[in-house]
Amino acid sequence: MNVIISNKSEKPIYQQIYEQLSALILKGELESGYCLPPIRQAALELRVSVITVKKAWEELERSGLIHTVTGKGCFVADFAPGEILETRNRLILEQLTLDAAYYKSFGLTLDEVIGLLKKVYD
Amino acid sequence: MLALDVRNLHKKYPDFQLKNVSFQLEQGYIMGFIGVNGAGKTTTIKSILNMLRIDGGEVYVFGRNMAEHETELKQQIGCAFGDVDFYTRSRLKTITDITKKFYRNWNEDIYANYLRRFKLDENKKIAELSSGMKVKYSLALALSHGAKLLILDEPTSGLDPVSRDDLLDLFQELIVDGEISILFSTHITSDLEKCADFITFIDDGQIVASAEKNEFVEAYRLVSGSEAQLGVIREELIAYKVNSFGFTGLIRTEDFDPSSDLRASMPTLEEIMIYFAKKESLYV
Repeated sequence: MNVIISNKSEKPIYQQIYEQLSALILKGELESGYCLPPIRQAALELRVSVITVKKAWEELERSGLIHTVTGKGCFVADFAPGEILETRNRLILEQLTLDAAYYKSFGLTLDEVIGLLKKVYD
Repeated sequence: MLALDVRNLHKKYPDFQLKNVSFQLEQGYIMGFIGVNGAGKTTTIKSILNMLRIDGGEVYVFGRNMAEHETELKQQIGCAFGDVDFYTRSRLKTITDITKKFYRNWNEDIYANYLRRFKLDENKKIAELSSGMKVKYSLALALSHGAKLLILDEPTSGLDPVSRDDLLDLFQELIVDGEISILFSTHITSDLEKCADFITFIDDGQIVASAEKNEFVEAYRLVSGSEAQLGVIREELIAYKVNSFGFTGLIRTEDFDPSSDLRASMPTLEEIMIYFAKKESLYV
């Protein structure tokens, strides 16, 4: 499991961990049933605070990507066929909703946004 | 369970006072206690440890009143002060032999381990140690009697970057089982950006905020803009600096209008500290 934390980033560290792990899960690199390290162990290894990891794990659980078995740990959730795609799209949509609000605050039209997006996408 | 519960501490000196200092540390976590020199960090820590007479307030350690059960509770507390000097002409061995008599759960193996880890030679005299080595020695003493609550005053300040890093590693190792809790004061805030779970910020004898680290930082924004924009927002700012290019200031997130065209970013702990210190000088 590969997680890279940047102190320079504006993003809170728990967000960085959450995003990288959810990407690993949605890409299938962490398979269903994979047991995540215990929170305190992960904090020690990533050299971040316990609460930071706790928050990241909670976010993953809220997104339905992992589930907690009391006394045993956190596991990557089982996905029905197509569910991964569905979850991925849902997460992307959540992000797009936020982004769209930002673009709208500048008064951009959809075509303008798509035009600009094309520029950065290649 | 709360490892430490500080309630409404008051302590009055002729030219300084602790006012209504309260904060809580949950068991198994690290709390950074920050503030500029003279803000009241050491006074607070000494009050917690009953090392000075307070004018009001209460301290609970693991749910028990410190004033009533001091001797008992101190078995479970390990403390170290950045600047306390031992008898400088004694050997470490002599001081250790005296210290361990006070602790029921003194563990010789753990002590020997820390001596090795910190590269301390028991046959040296205190006077022969650098200030960093003195800190390490007092930490070795604090960690060798099974303490469940560590209260450390500026443990990192005399250390070089490598030793500081090693010490922060050690702190994280210590809390991994969720049993040990650590309160440590520092003005080197970069030590806290990563490992601390909670931040308590004291300024001029009063607690400004005590919160989970992320929430603490997210409660503030660093804004910058032109001098004309400063006129509009000046009242809302905690403090600001002006130069010929414009201004930069600290603002509470709740007072900041994100749709304004000011540039805003997340402050570091250090920036929050600096602007709060500036606030006082504004009114002098």
